[in-house]
Amino acid sequence: MTSTTPSTLYEKVLNAHIVEDLGEDLLLYIDRHLIHEVTTPQAFAGLAEKGRSVRRPDLTFGTMDHSISTRSLALDACGPQNALQLNTLAANCAQHNIQLYPVGHKNQGIVHVIGPQLGLIHPGMTVVCGDSHTATHGAFGALAFGIGTSQVEHVLASQTLKQSRGKSMLINVNGKLGLGVTAKDIILAIIGKIGHAGATGHVIEYAGQAIRDLSMEQRMTVCNMSIEAGAKAGLIAPDDKTIEYIRGREFAPSEAHWDDAVCYWKSLYTDQDAQFDSVVELDAADIEPQVTWGTNPGQVVGIKQHVPQPDSYSDAVVKESANKALKYMGLEAGQAISDISISHVFIGSCTNSRIEDLRAAAKIAALGKVAKGVTAIVVPGSVQVKEQAETEQLDVIFKQSGFEWRLPGCSMCLGMNDDILQPGDRCASTSNRNFEGRQGRGGRTHLVSPEMAAAAAITGKFTDVRTMGEH
Amino acid sequence: MTGINIVTGTVAPLDQANIDTDQIIPKQFLTGITRTGYGVNLFHDWRYQNGDKDQVDPDFSLNQPEYKGASILLTRENFGCGSSREHAPWALADFGFNCIIANSFADIFYGNSINNQLLVLTLPNVELDQLFTKVANNPKVVITVTLTAQSVKCEELEFLFDIASHHKTNLLKGLDAIGQTLEHDAQITQFEKARRSWL
Repeated sequence: MTSTTPSTLYEKVLNAHIVEDLGEDLLLYIDRHLIHEVTTPQAFAGLAEKGRSVRRPDLTFGTMDHSISTRSLALDACGPQNALQLNTLAANCAQHNIQLYPVGHKNQGIVHVIGPQLGLIHPGMTVVCGDSHTATHGAFGALAFGIGTSQVEHVLASQTLKQSRGKSMLINVNGKLGLGVTAKDIILAIIGKIGHAGATGHVIEYAGQAIRDLSMEQRMTVCNMSIEAGAKAGLIAPDDKTIEYIRGREFAPSEAHWDDAVCYWKSLYTDQDAQFDSVVELDAADIEPQVTWGTNPGQVVGIKQHVPQPDSYSDAVVKESANKALKYMGLEAGQAISDISISHVFIGSCTNSRIEDLRAAAKIAALGKVAKGVTAIVVPGSVQVKEQAETEQLDVIFKQSGFEWRLPGCSMCLGMNDDILQPGDRCASTSNRNFEGRQGRGGRTHLVSPEMAAAAAITGKFTDVRTMGEH
Repeated sequence: MTGINIVTGTVAPLDQANIDTDQIIPKQFLTGITRTGYGVNLFHDWRYQNGDKDQVDPDFSLNQPEYKGASILLTRENFGCGSSREHAPWALADFGFNCIIANSFADIFYGNSINNQLLVLTLPNVELDQLFTKVANNPKVVITVTLTAQSVKCEELEFLFDIASHHKTNLLKGLDAIGQTLEHDAQITQFEKARRSWL
């Protein structure tokens, strides 16, 4: 590709990492490899079997997040199996000289929260992790995607990965968001519009005024759920907000290199006239607070809407999916979303557990007490988020309102620890997946923003946050 | 790993779209540190009515005796969506499936399957409909998939499928992907020397 050909941001980042063009596949260099306990033990075992070593431990960073307790710092708090996996990660990192932030460390937290927080993620990087929500880091204009364990082993051994070129999709969110409408509502509305597999095979670039107006943490929320639209990755061009976010963080470029880095970052945008394989347009003003009603994230409507009638879908597969979802979710077609009562609230996950999320939720929590019969937990995304929240006394607000204040981790997003729903429990959750059983067998998950989760905690049912307090 | 070319066997039908990896292998079974032993928990929450696995759900196709021993799974669009857990193809293979025929696959699951010598192929819904009918009419009907010919045969039916040539080669030869990449060590080293100074 010549320099005169207009390129998308994705193409620019991709092309800057090609070690070798292998024809259908490209051998890509990986700048940052994030690892955690669940998807790495078999990769390290594979290296050992073949007598291979980790090529670039200095580009690899580990944390414990998926299977840890949010009540105790003990690795065996959730049983011997979880402890074995956590201890295996610690042993592997020690053996291969990889920086690990274990439970109890000041930098520990959800992998997609600590990466940006430590300044590990820069615009134009390639970032991988054995976790599908790696797309979070696309908020920095990095090409970031989730990989399987065989690929984790491949990256550990070679610091490269074979990838084919993805198709490109531009999603413009035009105009301004209404008050009480959040980044989470943007991404849920996008998935609702294009479908749960709408971006399969694509790398999304999010653009438009509503995206530019978002803070870095809010951009992470948007990019985080790119996988829920089926996308390989989702990214946003870096701007001054991106640069200011990185400045001064532990792994930001050193002062000597800072100006060069910024100069390069500023070249990372989609050229005018660059072509996308598809373009989607949304008007931010049309987006209202979103609530999922089904068992995939594309099954979502606004808070003022009703549970859809499956018969209204012409596609037989979509109709059947909707029928099955309503049965699992225990909902009736036509029911008002605002009439659905909940038993649980989960505020946390790599989607919505950063300090701005907790501030937004606390503001609503301060308006009242958690409704009778509702269990509500807040799980900060990292030790640093937790400490910052405690400095701001957000924990006091939550606890006074009746929320439980927990230790950082993935927690009830996927329930690999003991934070799980029981059959029939209904949860307003700030996480990213409402699949059957995701938060516990028979549990019913509705995905919402932190503000909407807090509002549901207080009223005991889904409530339009715009009608509460100062909203 | 050895390569895979022909898969011939009976079929288990799972006529449903958007089957995510949380259904294929729920989270409570991801605490292992090996690649084996996941088959017993494949589709756990659909196969078993309780956590003790002593009450199987007779309505779930994989529990029905006529589909026992199937080596091919027949399903619909967006199979394997959601979590990147490679435990999903590990569980499918450990249970006994060598081949999955669907309308489409989620990207990460597809790549993970290729890396585990699980033959994943796509057919349009009109052709899948005919295969589902065949299996409904005769649960013991045999399907033969031939990768070199890119064909799916079932009695008088024969459908051709597309597959990227590098995926085809990887499946056929069962090559060690990491070993292949490490042959490019000189190029990787050269690339590293030219990386930006702050990285």
